[in-house]
Amino acid sequence: MTDAAMIWNLLAALIIGLGYLAAFVFVGGLLLRIALYIKTPVPLKIVQTPGPKSAPGVLARIAGDVLIFPNLFQADKLLWLGAWIFHACLFLILVRHTRYFLYPVPELVIDWQTISVYAGFFFPIPALYLFWRRLASSRVLYISGLPDYITLILLTAIASTGMLVHYFARVYLVDVKAFTLGLVTFAPVPPPQHPIFIAHFLLVCALLIWFPFSKLMHAGGIFFSPTRNQIDNVLYPRYVNKWNEEVRVD
Amino acid sequence: MPEKFADFPATALAWRKTNGGIAIPVPEMDEGIAAAMVCHPSKAKDMKPIALPTERVPQWQARAVEKLRELLTKYRGLSVYLDICAQCGACSDKCQFYLGTGDPNNMPVARANLLRKVYRYYFKRAERFLGGDAEPFNEQVLKEWYTYFYQCSECRRCSVFCPYGIDTAEITMAAREIMAAIGVATKYVTEVVAKVYERGNNLGIPAPAWIDNCQFLEEELKTETGKDIRMPVDEVGADVLLVMPSADNFANTDTMMAYGKLFYALGMSWTTSTYCNEGGNFGLFLNYQNMKKVNKRILDAARDLKVKRVIWGECGHAWRAAIYTNTLNGPMDFLDPPHPVHICQFTADLIKRGAFKIDKSANDDLLITYHDPCNAARAGSLLEEPRAMIRATCNKFVEMPRNTIREKTFCCGAGGGLLTDEIMPIRMAGGKPRAEACRSTGANYLAVPCAICKAQLPELMKHWKVDVKVGGVHDLLSRAMIL
Repeated sequence: MTDAAMIWNLLAALIIGLGYLAAFVFVGGLLLRIALYIKTPVPLKIVQTPGPKSAPGVLARIAGDVLIFPNLFQADKLLWLGAWIFHACLFLILVRHTRYFLYPVPELVIDWQTISVYAGFFFPIPALYLFWRRLASSRVLYISGLPDYITLILLTAIASTGMLVHYFARVYLVDVKAFTLGLVTFAPVPPPQHPIFIAHFLLVCALLIWFPFSKLMHAGGIFFSPTRNQIDNVLYPRYVNKWNEEVRVD
Repeated sequence: MPEKFADFPATALAWRKTNGGIAIPVPEMDEGIAAAMVCHPSKAKDMKPIALPTERVPQWQARAVEKLRELLTKYRGLSVYLDICAQCGACSDKCQFYLGTGDPNNMPVARANLLRKVYRYYFKRAERFLGGDAEPFNEQVLKEWYTYFYQCSECRRCSVFCPYGIDTAEITMAAREIMAAIGVATKYVTEVVAKVYERGNNLGIPAPAWIDNCQFLEEELKTETGKDIRMPVDEVGADVLLVMPSADNFANTDTMMAYGKLFYALGMSWTTSTYCNEGGNFGLFLNYQNMKKVNKRILDAARDLKVKRVIWGECGHAWRAAIYTNTLNGPMDFLDPPHPVHICQFTADLIKRGAFKIDKSANDDLLITYHDPCNAARAGSLLEEPRAMIRATCNKFVEMPRNTIREKTFCCGAGGGLLTDEIMPIRMAGGKPRAEACRSTGANYLAVPCAICKAQLPELMKHWKVDVKVGGVHDLLSRAMIL
C-alpha cells in the first residue's frame, strides 16, 4: 500500500468515526435533553390564556406553532417571513437528504426533488437576512452572542458546500450513496474523495454535535413549552403538582 | 406622589392612531438608563415572619446556584425556556418597561439573559465554550437581577409574541425565588406578605377597622338606596365567602358597595372574613412557599365560616393565584363547584340569566373603555365576562386599540409587586402605553377589575394628563341596577 493510500484510509476511518460520534452525540443528547424536560414537573397551570379548551385544541396550537409561527407573525412580519422561509427551506433540504439514507428512495422525495434543490439554492438568502438583521437592528445586536452568529454561519456553510457538490463541483452520486448507506447499515465504506463533499460532511457533523447543547434545541423544546401545551381549563379538573406536599406551610 | 422626578426620554415619543390600532413607538436603546431605579430592600422584621433569611446568607453565591439547580428540577418551564430561546428579538419591543424606559435590560429577552448567563456558566458549559455570554453569580450580577427582575411585572405580554411562548414571568419568578432564598427581596413585597400573616390583608387593616368600614359602607348604601344592604363580616354559615382585594374596603369603596348591592339583589347570604380579608397574593411575586401559605388562609377561612363557595373579587393577581388554589391548597371539593369563581364570571352569568333589573341609561354620562388586567387576560382566561357585564350595563362602550387589549394588553405598570413609590418613574414609564391607548379612545371612564390597576391608573392618568375616571366593573352594574 502506498503512503497516500494509507493516509487516505486513515482519514476515511477518521471521517467515518466522526460521523458515528456526531450521530451518537446528536441522538443521545437530544433524547437526554427531552427526557430531562419530560422528567421535570410542571407545578402549576401556566397556560397562556385564552388558550385551547381541549386536548385536540392543544395539538392544533402546537402544530400551528411548529408549522406557521403565529406568535412571530404577530410580533414582526418581516422576521416572520424570513424565519418561515428559512425553516421551510431547511425542511425541504432535509426531506431531500433522506434519499441518501433510504433505499429505495420514497416516491415523495423524488417528487419533491426539484423544489428541494431550489430550496437549497435559495437558503442562503433568508440566512443572510437573519444574519444581517442581527447586525442592523440595535436591539437584536445587543442580545446576539457569538453562538447566534456561529449557528447561522455553520448552516450557511453547510448549504453552500451542499450546493457546490450538487451543482458546481459535482461529486459522484453513486459514491455518496455507497458511503451514506454504508454508514446507516453499519458497514462503512470510505467517503468519496472529494474535498468539498468531505467539508460538507464534517460541517454537518459539527452541527449535529452542537445541536443538543445549543439554542437549536428550540426544535425539540417547542413541544414542551407549558404556556403553549397546556389546556386552558384553569378551573377544572384539579391540576396536581407532585412536589406540592413537600412545601410545608404549617 | 413623592418628590418630582424626570420622565425617561423614551416616554416623549409620539403615539398616533392607525387603522383600528395604534402605532406603538419603539425607543432607541439607552443602556443603563433605568439602572438606578431600584426598590427598597426588605427589612428583617418582615423577612422573619415569612420564613426568609433576615440578612444575606453566608456563601450566598453557592446557595443561589444550589437554588437554581433545585428550581431547574422543579419547573419544566424554567428548564425549557432557559434552553430554547433563539435570541430572535421578537419580544424586544413588546414589554411596556422597555417601551417606557429604553433600557435594553427591560427587553424581555435581555432580562431573561440575566439569568441565562448564570445558567450557562454553571450548567451549560458547551455554549460557554463557544463564546456564549456566561457569568458566575456575583455581586454585580445580583445587583442587575435585583434591579431588573423588579422592573418586570410578570405580566407575560412578551410570551404572546414569542414563537415558543417563552414566559419571562417564569424566569423572573425563578430569579426572585433564588434571591429570596439568599435573603434578598424588596421591602414592598415582603412587607405586604408579612402583613397578611399578621392582619389578614395586604394593607394591614386591623379587624375592628375592617368592621367599622363595613358599617360605614352600610350607612352609605342606606343613604343612597334607602335599603338595608348589609356588609356582613365573619358570618358563619353564609353561602358565599367573598375574598376581595382589601383595598376595596378602604379605597375602592364603590366596588365594595357594588358587591353588597349585588348579593342584596340576589337575596344571597355572603360574608367577608377578618381572618382572611384579602384575595391578593403577593407570595406570587416572591416564592412558592409564601404563595401557598397566603392562599391557604382563604380555604381555612372558608372552612371556619362553613361557606358553600368562595368568590374572588375584582383583583388581577388574586385571580392568577386563585387558579392555583386547587393545586396548592386543594382539593377544594368541600365547596360547591365550580371553583374557584371570579366575581365577574359569577355576575356575568347571572346577568345573562336575567337576575337583575338594569337601567343602562344610568350610565349614559359615561363613555366607558375597558383595561384588561394582565393577570386576568393572559393568565386567567377572563376576557369575555367583564366585557359582557359592561355591555349589559352601559350603552356607550368603546374598546381601546386592538393591539393593546385582550391577550395583548399592556400592564398598568405596577403589577408584579412594583406598586411602590420609590420606583415611580418606572411605574409611570411602564404605564405610558396603557395611558396612550386609553387617551386614544376619548373615554371618560376606565373600567378595570383589579385593585393594583385601580391604585396605579389614577396616578398614571394624572401624570400623563389623560382625563379619565378609573373604577371597577361592578361599579357600573351598581349604578345601573334597579333595586
